[in-house]
Amino acid sequence: MTCTSGGCGCGSNCNNQEFSELAPVMDKYAKVPGSIITILQKAQDIYGYLSFDAILYISECTGIKPAKIYGIATFYTQFRLKPIGKNLIMLCKGTACHVNGADMIEEAIFEELAITDGETTEDGLFTLNNMACLGCCSLAPVMMIKNADGDETYGSLTKDSVRSTLREIRSKA
Amino acid sequence: MRILVGQGSCGIATGARKTSTALVKQLHEKGLDQVEVDITGCVGTCFLEPIVDVYDDGGNLEARYVKVQPDKVATIIERHIIGGEPVLEYTIADVDNDFIDKQMKIVLRNCGIINPEKIDEYIASGGYEATRKVLTQMTQEEVIEEIKISGLRGRGGAGFPTWFKWNAARINQADDKYMVCNADEGDPGAFMDRSVLEGDPHSVIEGMIIGGYAMGATEGVIYVRAEYPLAIARLEKAMEQAREKGFLGKNIMGSGYSFDMRIKAGAGAFVCGEETALIASLEGERGMPRLKPPFPAQKGFWQKPTNINNVETFANVPWIIQNGGAAFGAMGTEQSKGTKVFALAGKIKKGGLVEVPMGLPLRDVIFGIGGGTKNDKAFKAVQMGGPSGGCIPAELIDTTVDYESITKTGAIVGSGGMIVMDETTCMVDMARYFLDFTRKESCGKCNYCRIGTKRMLEILERITKGEGKDGDIELLEELASKVKDGSMCGLGQTAPNPVLTTIRYFRNEYEDHIYNKKCTAKACSALLTFTITDACTGCTLCARKCPVNCISGKVKELHVIDQERCIKCGKCEEVCRFNAVNRE
Repeated sequence: MTCTSGGCGCGSNCNNQEFSELAPVMDKYAKVPGSIITILQKAQDIYGYLSFDAILYISECTGIKPAKIYGIATFYTQFRLKPIGKNLIMLCKGTACHVNGADMIEEAIFEELAITDGETTEDGLFTLNNMACLGCCSLAPVMMIKNADGDETYGSLTKDSVRSTLREIRSKA
Repeated sequence: MRILVGQGSCGIATGARKTSTALVKQLHEKGLDQVEVDITGCVGTCFLEPIVDVYDDGGNLEARYVKVQPDKVATIIERHIIGGEPVLEYTIADVDNDFIDKQMKIVLRNCGIINPEKIDEYIASGGYEATRKVLTQMTQEEVIEEIKISGLRGRGGAGFPTWFKWNAARINQADDKYMVCNADEGDPGAFMDRSVLEGDPHSVIEGMIIGGYAMGATEGVIYVRAEYPLAIARLEKAMEQAREKGFLGKNIMGSGYSFDMRIKAGAGAFVCGEETALIASLEGERGMPRLKPPFPAQKGFWQKPTNINNVETFANVPWIIQNGGAAFGAMGTEQSKGTKVFALAGKIKKGGLVEVPMGLPLRDVIFGIGGGTKNDKAFKAVQMGGPSGGCIPAELIDTTVDYESITKTGAIVGSGGMIVMDETTCMVDMARYFLDFTRKESCGKCNYCRIGTKRMLEILERITKGEGKDGDIELLEELASKVKDGSMCGLGQTAPNPVLTTIRYFRNEYEDHIYNKKCTAKACSALLTFTITDACTGCTLCARKCPVNCISGKVKELHVIDQERCIKCGKCEEVCRFNAVNRE
């Protein structure tokens, strides 16, 4: 097995150029035991999600079977197997947020964007992911919006404030 | 003069970065570049963020400004920094100062006071002195003895004596041993670990070095939730600085003891709070627990002796070494020593982090420090211990907060989340919420946890939808005991607790839902009836907004809801400007 065009030097026959950004990660972690979760996190950071091809590529480099990687990727809530929109809305559904009306916020997002947990808007601008807890409980209800500019947390949400935040992001897009 | 802007995640969420930027910019414009603007962690009063502290040159706090949005910055600079007189109308109110004064801070001793990104400030506050003492003057046994005297118990939930775990890991000989910090704060509603990592990362690192020395560990790993990016960034910085100073690495302080550590970002799985599942995750597997024994102290990470403690436990350690185990043991109750940090949230007036000595009555925490319920609605219950805990009803408000007393109520101290609930919180819905959480987070290994929680959830969903049947409560109780007995790890064994405690203390609410089809808290929408009262002006707004067009009425005339077609979405109530929609 020779790795000719990946540039990662991993010694496999994956022959895959499209994952060149992942090559340095592979150089560092591919042969370090117990690193698969870290590799998947880095891959998701780069591509936004874990495509089937990415899983195959990682499998080739690490020698871990694709089924096992798939098993790990589906076990942890952080990993996504589908592409996401430009803005990832992470809506906190922790206890404090639940008590303070997180369901109402979810409703407002649905009314505004017509997406539910895990879905992406047709224009590819927003994806909604419900989260277990963001740890800003005293500002409940809370959501975090992650995009190319970084992440911003919005606290003490109301239906109106959510709507205006989403509209503002949309108007800038 | 020095200005500190609180920038934990909650401070940043309320706009602290913008405040900080405005301060720097406006000070520069006034030619006041000598005034240092710095960051600090969270002081715990989340309800007052963003917080700006002004210190004089001697390091004394001159004024603590609260809710400082950028529009207040110009006034503060003009009147205080230049004029020398604090802007009293922006400073913290005496009644809110109580929130801080009534606490006793050990774990949070540096949070909101030092800059967590500067190791020199931690050292100036006495940091790494405990490490020096341990490495140069104490044997492993002496360290463990000191922790034993202190009575410190694990702050992650189980409350197991820390010295015992360290000692078990110490006596198991191996070439490699691991000290692991569990910072996978998965309990929704608890955020003290995040705050400590963001506000005082060195205290955790120091605790791990000391514990690592006591058990003979060669490497440390901090397993942090990926949802805490700021905590990870500050930890990384802190570790790098500690390495530069020689507190981490080979031959620390010339003692001959070598210890280094790294961060492992978790990927989101509540079950990884269980130690064997956490180890599986560290090894790159699905985070599924295994049977104990062997205990991690015998065969843990890579089959080597491993000790796992929680963030808050580690943060206590340097203080105990510096002040002596007896000083720590003097606080708290017979069985529960020291202080505990609680995260006050939910329907509480003053939400935030509170550190109090063990043994204080719940009333003092919720009403004395937290100020009672939001909008002064009737206090109904406090949920402690998250999905593994339970609801403590209003009549038990004088229960003291220590491991034993809380366990007696059916709840647990857990990691210290306190979610306050008022009369508008439905207890059946709460039980449903937690079951939904544990069902999703069950790793699926044990049948009862995997399927039992799902069946319980289905019953609770039926009840909250008004389709409860006679015998449902008994069936829930039966399933609960089987899920407890039939599960291998703590997740399944405790998953039924929220259901059992709500049935125990709020059985009447369950019965109301099942037999009378009523939700007394008016929270379960399927059991509500929306009607329009005489206050209606006939503005037609509700009729236009109703998603199923079930509201009829002419302009300027009383509107009527067709109950048969109403889907109880509450939209009419939400849009009505005249308070004319009644929910019953």
